[in-house]
Amino acid sequence: MKRLLTLAASAIALSATPALAQDVVIANATVVTGDGSEPIQNGVVMVENGRVTYAGTANGQSFATDLVVDADGAWVTPGIFATVTTLGLVDVGAVSESNDSRAGGAPFSASLDVAPAVNPNSQNIMIHRAAGITRAATTTLPSASIFAGQGAIIDLDSDGTPIVKARAFQMVDLGEGGARRAGGSRAATYTLFRASLREAQALSGGGTPQTTEITADGEVLLGRFDAEALKPVVAGTQKLYVGVERAADIRSVLALKSEFPRLDMVLVGASEGWLVANEIAAAGVPVLADPLDALPTGFDQLASTQSNVGRMKRAGVKVGLNAASIENPRRLAQQAGNLVGLAKMPGAAGLTWGEAFASISSIPADISGMGGKAGVLKQGALGDVVIWDGDPLEVTSVPTKVFIGGVEQPLDSHQSRLKERYRDLDESDLPKAYDW
Amino acid sequence: MTKKVWIAAASAFALAGCATTGSANTAGDDSGSDDAPRFAAQTEAEGPFPSTYNAYPGTPTALVGATVYDGAGNRIEGGTVLFRNGKVEAVGGSDLSTEGYAVLDGTGKFVTPGIIDIHSHLGDYPSPGVQAHNDGNEATAPTTPDVWAEHSVWPQDPGFSRALANGGITSLQILPGSANLMGGRSVTLKNVPSRTVQGMKFPGAPYGFKMACGENPKRVYGGRGRKPSTRMGNFAVNRQTWYDAIEYANNDDAKRNLGKETLKGVLEGDILVHNHCYRADEMALVMDMAKEVGYKVTAFHHAVEAYKIGDLLRENGVCSAIWADWYGFKMEAYDAIMENAALLQKEGACVVIHSDSQNDIQRLNQEASKAQAAGARMGIEISDADVIGWITLNAAKAMGIDDMTGSLEEGKMADVVLWNGDPLSVYSRPEKVWIDGALMYDAMDRKRRPVSDFELGQPGEGDVK
Repeated sequence: MKRLLTLAASAIALSATPALAQDVVIANATVVTGDGSEPIQNGVVMVENGRVTYAGTANGQSFATDLVVDADGAWVTPGIFATVTTLGLVDVGAVSESNDSRAGGAPFSASLDVAPAVNPNSQNIMIHRAAGITRAATTTLPSASIFAGQGAIIDLDSDGTPIVKARAFQMVDLGEGGARRAGGSRAATYTLFRASLREAQALSGGGTPQTTEITADGEVLLGRFDAEALKPVVAGTQKLYVGVERAADIRSVLALKSEFPRLDMVLVGASEGWLVANEIAAAGVPVLADPLDALPTGFDQLASTQSNVGRMKRAGVKVGLNAASIENPRRLAQQAGNLVGLAKMPGAAGLTWGEAFASISSIPADISGMGGKAGVLKQGALGDVVIWDGDPLEVTSVPTKVFIGGVEQPLDSHQSRLKERYRDLDESDLPKAYDW
Repeated sequence: MTKKVWIAAASAFALAGCATTGSANTAGDDSGSDDAPRFAAQTEAEGPFPSTYNAYPGTPTALVGATVYDGAGNRIEGGTVLFRNGKVEAVGGSDLSTEGYAVLDGTGKFVTPGIIDIHSHLGDYPSPGVQAHNDGNEATAPTTPDVWAEHSVWPQDPGFSRALANGGITSLQILPGSANLMGGRSVTLKNVPSRTVQGMKFPGAPYGFKMACGENPKRVYGGRGRKPSTRMGNFAVNRQTWYDAIEYANNDDAKRNLGKETLKGVLEGDILVHNHCYRADEMALVMDMAKEVGYKVTAFHHAVEAYKIGDLLRENGVCSAIWADWYGFKMEAYDAIMENAALLQKEGACVVIHSDSQNDIQRLNQEASKAQAAGARMGIEISDADVIGWITLNAAKAMGIDDMTGSLEEGKMADVVLWNGDPLSVYSRPEKVWIDGALMYDAMDRKRRPVSDFELGQPGEGDVK
């Protein structure tokens, strides 16, 4: 049931959570489009049939909608796009039965596919939805081999069908961890990597693989199914996320492009990226960087600095923030905010506010193959819209409303229920277990 | 026979020749007297491994015009902070005379006491985090009260300088890890670069004692098929160990025992118990065990369920050292909520925000801010000035150093941070940090930025980190 309104019309507060997508107009908002531009005062966001139809300054036009939300000046942004995560794969990290992020005992590596494993009812999904994360790249992590498997793009909505795109990318570790898994050295890593892609090429051409599997000490580093799974990687139709930190390792990875020109690579981590920023930019390879790593946590990260992202950005590298390096993905906004604060420090390189927000919205979405569809408010984008109670990059702010695909989402979780139960400690009538 | 005598004489000679300042071990006058033992180590009371920390020189300084949080719950707009000879001399308004001080205009900026992290493993788990640096858990027996964290600290850990420059950390407690029920002694450090750990030791700080309840000890030892493998096993081992310690403490003639000396120090109240414990029900049991045995728990660390027993913690006078938003990484953390700190504060219990992280120690101010905001959303308003206390004076109290630092009050150490904006905002950073009145970090002067030996000649040396 649509009502014809103009933007000047008085707003009607939202009172119930709709189960279905409604057309919605959010007016009187500080609109962040997510494309790197600065916020727009007195802006409007319109969503119809689950898609954004307009985001920008109010211009007095009329529109038909089910619902008008008066943001009362609040910040309105696209949903945060979190990558690289294990959202939906883990209930409790240290409880192995609940943790599907690694498969060290499996005879498979590259062929692992997270899509059927993602649990949309995981508390981690609910908590991160309430933190304004609407979509994510989620993946298993390298365990038995250098190949982690095939990650998916998921949404964090409550409809029980999280997979947006299955097998969206393959991940490989070509840093220190990869060296350990390949047999103990970087030389072994590259040999295993090349051998694996050669097998995939042989299969792609309709040929036969050279070997049924590659093993070491009884561990299967690459089996027939894994080689099969690498066909889209070698053909460039599936993205390859490469975990790598050291400047020299980054150079070696970039050099692979001359050998396998169709690889569609994304660097993940890249703590020393700033040392080779011009080369990364020239190669046109995007980076998902660890934003606040400032310590030489390994011999491959001696040059770690919080200025890494800013310096790569200034060199022309497309840089999004990597969620894998932080305590939990809901800290992405905090990480981005820190890069804004860093910009004020003499000798440091940070980001503008707009750039910082883009680094957790449109840029990771674009790197994930969802450019123009997620992490951005513009015509045709998915209706992932978040209304905040303050500056979204400030540690004190949280969403007040979250729409995913135009549907307003519940923001409750195990955490919010516990908070309400223990608002007081009164058990004079009944134990806390009856308080629900 | 002759040869043996010769060796003994030679080594005694060498020892005496080297020990130019010591006295305990010198063979000395060996006249055959029966009453004086020939060899004697220093006693516990003599304090081996003493602090050699001395404050570095500073300039008498007046910080004026900034918003001052004194750490003790007060906020002064346009405040004045005066310090000289390493001590805070006065804190007040713009009417305070600044004559005789170098005046630094802090208009638009903020001043807090030095930030204190009650829970760190810097130096014991330093960067780079390689196996050769893995010095935080003596995970070879369920109780190791004999080990001292200071003997593992690598002063060259680059993490100290990041904690200083990015986090404004001026004091921190280094704890043994949580593999053991009794992990050993902690050490409190001033966050100054030093060639030796003694050069960082906080003069006069009491020792802490690290204990751990719950999953970690039972996993580590249960995994080896030995006791404890359950929570009841945890308590059994703890209680027996305490009973043995009581026997030792009651016996003046007992043979010296490093572990029991530490436990005796706890029973006497000289060593403060810092107990890693997540779950509310387990914390309640630990407090009963402490009563049974006769010691006091100073603080529960990682107390993610403290909000369920704020009343009990208040009644027992136990602080909760907690994170703002760590969640779900282990079963014990499944009920973590961001409102933990605020609910505790509302109940009148003691709150400390801690890091347990080489990264979060660089942003404890932001963690405190997050916890404050979560409370505000459920209607618990806690002033900014009180929240700063979570990472300054409350931490100092729980570490037993609050008569020396933790707040900007006359006579206390001039441990001071000048922030370039509201310290509870994500956009703010320390601009200058003084420790005992000495300027140890200055964002405006790249030479006032420590570079550890490890970083010299490495990529990124001396960079803004």
